[in-house]
Amino acid sequence: MSLLQRLCVVWGLGLLLAAGNAGAALTIEITQGVEGAVPVAVVPFGPGGVSLPVDVAEVIAADLRRSGRFAPVARDDLIARPYEASQVNFRDWRLVKADNLIIGKVTPFGAGYTVQFQLFDVFRGVQLSGYSMRSGAADLRRTAHQIADMIYETLTGEPGAFATRIAYITVTDVAAGKRRYSLEVADSDGYNPRPVVQSMQPLMSPSWSPDGTRLAYVSFETKRPRIYTQELHSGKRQLIASFSGINGAPAWSPDGSKMALVLSKDGNPEIYVMDLASKRLRRLTDSLGIDTEPAWSPDGRTIIFTSDRGGTPQIYRMSADGGRAARLTFEGAYNARASFSADGHTIAMVHGENNRYRIAVLDLQNGAMQVLTDGRLDESPSFAPNGRMIIYATEERNRGVLAAVSVDGRVKQRLSAREGDAREPVWAPIRQ
Amino acid sequence: MNKWIKLGLIIIPMVMLGACGTTGAKKPQGAGAAGEGAVGEAPGSATTMPMGPGGGAEATPLPGGGVAGGEGSEAAALLSKRVVYFDFDSSTIHDQDRAIIEAHANYLSQHPTVKVTLEGHTDERGTREYNIGLGERRADAVKQMMVLMGVSPSQISTVSYGEERPAALGHDESAWHLNRRVEIVYEAQ
Repeated sequence: MSLLQRLCVVWGLGLLLAAGNAGAALTIEITQGVEGAVPVAVVPFGPGGVSLPVDVAEVIAADLRRSGRFAPVARDDLIARPYEASQVNFRDWRLVKADNLIIGKVTPFGAGYTVQFQLFDVFRGVQLSGYSMRSGAADLRRTAHQIADMIYETLTGEPGAFATRIAYITVTDVAAGKRRYSLEVADSDGYNPRPVVQSMQPLMSPSWSPDGTRLAYVSFETKRPRIYTQELHSGKRQLIASFSGINGAPAWSPDGSKMALVLSKDGNPEIYVMDLASKRLRRLTDSLGIDTEPAWSPDGRTIIFTSDRGGTPQIYRMSADGGRAARLTFEGAYNARASFSADGHTIAMVHGENNRYRIAVLDLQNGAMQVLTDGRLDESPSFAPNGRMIIYATEERNRGVLAAVSVDGRVKQRLSAREGDAREPVWAPIRQ
Repeated sequence: MNKWIKLGLIIIPMVMLGACGTTGAKKPQGAGAAGEGAVGEAPGSATTMPMGPGGGAEATPLPGGGVAGGEGSEAAALLSKRVVYFDFDSSTIHDQDRAIIEAHANYLSQHPTVKVTLEGHTDERGTREYNIGLGERRADAVKQMMVLMGVSPSQISTVSYGEERPAALGHDESAWHLNRRVEIVYEAQ
């Protein structure tokens, strides 16, 4: 795909997202923040007078608040409304005890806008960052997320993940005994949800292509599980696997050329790797147990998976070319559905013990396991592309909801759908 | 201070607007429609009562003729049971369910053109794809027993729904034990 085509896809997607839904189908609530979150003042962007579809400063403030690491000053407490550097009096901002100040300006430009922002260190009275960028009329929200990412990176030294998306499955009761399954994609703050595919039969196991343009998933629409891949931009899809028995757990390789998947056509569930161009299959596992839930290491050389070959489900690791598998988890009666962090040093998984299923991370370098969540039925952990947060599904008051936790367990947030159950969230790779 | 503007990031160049034309706005709903299209048929849905073997010719879906003498009503009673239940993370068939499976196995042996689908299900605990594996293992256990009892493997197909189609919606053992099951679903003829 040429760069031009790729940009077109991204641009078209922006259009779709914007056209889809102005409201949030998922609302986010911070359920636990970090003590000592850094106070920042995000001033409404100037100069005013123009009606804008998006309150850019509010989106930025919400992103920073959501990270748990920043505490934006309430709007009513902002004692001035500068939108240009010449209007800033640092003494004002020392009074409200803001460590950092963010100001900016949105001005119409062609069919869209020019958005500029500046980030200041209030105590030293210096600018830390400042950019001007153009935004399509429908992309203002995304531009705001990108500004939040730049601010986050400047202040923490780590890349942000606000301008990203998530995919997830919703299940809604439509009539007695009838449920509608919908695979949806939304911005990572829950805005702009849109359905990718819907069915009255189960949909499950969404997996992003590494370039973020396609999703693989399992659909039971024919009363049998089949794996499809679908291009988000066009909605065009391709049947990948429809063998007898299980066709499940698709996982795109990091280079996008292969897909790990689970088939039981040869007797019981085994891990295979399919070359997507030739559709040739290579079988990786051969055990009497259930081998499933393959996940690739970021370098594409290793696959981790769930197997109950030792009696209970545990995580194993093997070369992506096959060969012997080594067991990785020993704590707990049930460890399953593992996935790698972007740096490959940590894996997240579902950790079951004493009839509770929670999200845990295993540090592959020192072998330390840490349980991050305290639900009863937590599942489907997925790392943010910057590795700082893990999104997962949990059950709350008899509903399936999505939640996110920081990898140190200190920040927690909940994303609830308006109706029905939400489940199986997967964080998209950073857009290219 | 006047050097602060860096035009380093021009995210969506306006040229793209022209270059992309109008194709970007196509709404990708085609696949969704296909998914819904498969829905109307639904004879094998876990939440609806399946048709009996032999279809609508008989007053009762269960064929008295195929079963000998005085055992008829007992066999019919067993044949009317189409769900067997399992323990957590187990595919071991309980002794008390063997008679149910045997009744269906006898019926299938005597009616070689009749086909069944064994649908394996699990409770919601644990991970979804692992539960797909577990549901298949349960369906396979029932299939294996039926084959040992003389049913042709060609009459039996299996599918696992894992935890995706619960029969009961609660989040405790009273719901879970109803969900760890294999449903014997006769195909309409």
